[in-house]
Amino acid sequence: MSGIELRGLTKTFASPEGPVHAVRGIDVSIAAGETIALLGPNGAGKSTTIDMLLGLARADAGTVSVFGRAPEDAVAAGAVGAMLQTGELIRDLDVRELVAMVASLYPKPLDVEETLALSGLGAVAGRRTQKLSGGQTQRVRFAIALVSNPELLVLDEPTVAMDVEGRRGFWETMRAFAARGKTVLFATHYLEEADAYADRVVLMAQGRIVADGPPTEIKGLVGARTIRATLPDVPLDALAELPGVTSAERRGEAVVLVCADSDAAIRALLAAHPDARDIEIGGAGLEQAFLQLTGDATPAGATA
Amino acid sequence: MNAAYLRFELLRTVRNRRFLFLSLGFPLVFYLLVAGSSRNVKDLGDSGLSAPLYYMVGLVSFGAMSAMLSSGARISAERQAGWHRQVRITPLPPRAYLRAKVLTGYLMALLTMAVLFVAGAAMGVSLPAGRWLEMTGLLLVGLVPFAALGILLGHLLSVEAIGPAMGGGVALLAFLGGTWFPIPDHGALHVVGQLLPSYWLVQAGHVALGGAGWGSRGWLVMAVWSVVLARLAMRAFRRDTARV
Repeated sequence: MSGIELRGLTKTFASPEGPVHAVRGIDVSIAAGETIALLGPNGAGKSTTIDMLLGLARADAGTVSVFGRAPEDAVAAGAVGAMLQTGELIRDLDVRELVAMVASLYPKPLDVEETLALSGLGAVAGRRTQKLSGGQTQRVRFAIALVSNPELLVLDEPTVAMDVEGRRGFWETMRAFAARGKTVLFATHYLEEADAYADRVVLMAQGRIVADGPPTEIKGLVGARTIRATLPDVPLDALAELPGVTSAERRGEAVVLVCADSDAAIRALLAAHPDARDIEIGGAGLEQAFLQLTGDATPAGATA
Repeated sequence: MNAAYLRFELLRTVRNRRFLFLSLGFPLVFYLLVAGSSRNVKDLGDSGLSAPLYYMVGLVSFGAMSAMLSSGARISAERQAGWHRQVRITPLPPRAYLRAKVLTGYLMALLTMAVLFVAGAAMGVSLPAGRWLEMTGLLLVGLVPFAALGILLGHLLSVEAIGPAMGGGVALLAFLGGTWFPIPDHGALHVVGQLLPSYWLVQAGHVALGGAGWGSRGWLVMAVWSVVLARLAMRAFRRDTARV
């Protein structure tokens, strides 16, 4: 079966401050059965890309093909299930009824009870949707996507509002579903989620794809750590050449080293400069990593 | 039609207890007040109809108009919740979505009718079975423009705006249509009233006098309103759900 093809997709929104270039020409090919993470900070264009993939938004330019069909045809055939980033549940039905209502719209849905169990909703199946907690609501939204038993499951920032336990259960279910040969695309701004649960990571920033590859490769690109230390009177060039360090900058008496391998870097730093004090090692954060990858000092929307 | 989907839509509507009691209760209370105080009037305002019968149909039209427009309020609420986007990524065709909303409105309208018909019978309204059926049929046809209006408003207005718009609109249409007193057969009220679908809803009570309930003018007014409002509703629906 042919997979999913996004070709030259572009989308610009009008806003009072002028046009917002949400997606600036992206190409992605997804094979049937792959699990793909769309990784990027807020404002990277992930949700806009998903809207075009689902046929909820029209691309200004470019094409979308879902298993050889236009998105709206794939949706009409029941081949797509999605958990959107925003949206509340309708009221006055209990969880089981709402999931059954959605199931009734699809040609070959999963069993409702099985879906409830898989989504960890067994205990609240009889509860009205307006009486659920945030995390429970999120799980119902997942159940709604899951019960459609789609060939393509799309999840936009699915674990927002879930607690740690809820997240783990959620990803286990997602993996079990993917193991049935289904194609899964999920958007996230957590590198750990992309790394742990995707076969492949597509990295987006400012409406463009900045990297596309296996999680280990992407992790090497954006999984940088920083070492911060008080270390006056040492030239930055010397620090930047230490093993594991990719760049160095000075902030007053302190230096900040961005590292590809922070373990090697800290050993080398302490060997060469035993007088370094107040040492902190931390994650560089996706935003900072994206800035380096894109080489853009003033990114639109990447500051959130 | 997807029967399971429709069943859940109806279930949701009747589960909303406050909505159910208010939308069935108000017309009933009004009816008991106005018809109760004029029970023995045999010819209300030269309409040729007894007060209990006239007001029964008058308040059916009031209650049924509200019931049809309430589907607009449900559409508006689903849009605000973002549920319409979730529906759009299911295989449910837009037609079936709208049909479920219209049928739900009709179910509520039928409940209002049932409640008021029982109250009317208790007040002494007595008609042959054929006349009851004919009247019910005219009322159901006469609600078509209001079904379209509900969809139109639901896709046009926010949840905050649709309440006052419906309340005010129904009150005005009911007043000019003759819910509260028979429209005189000449003068400005008569001219305006005859152009409104709510007037012809109230006129459905005239089947009790025998002969045609509406006449060609009534059918024409209803047909024009139905076509115009249905077109506007489809346009509002398409614009609201267009991919941007």
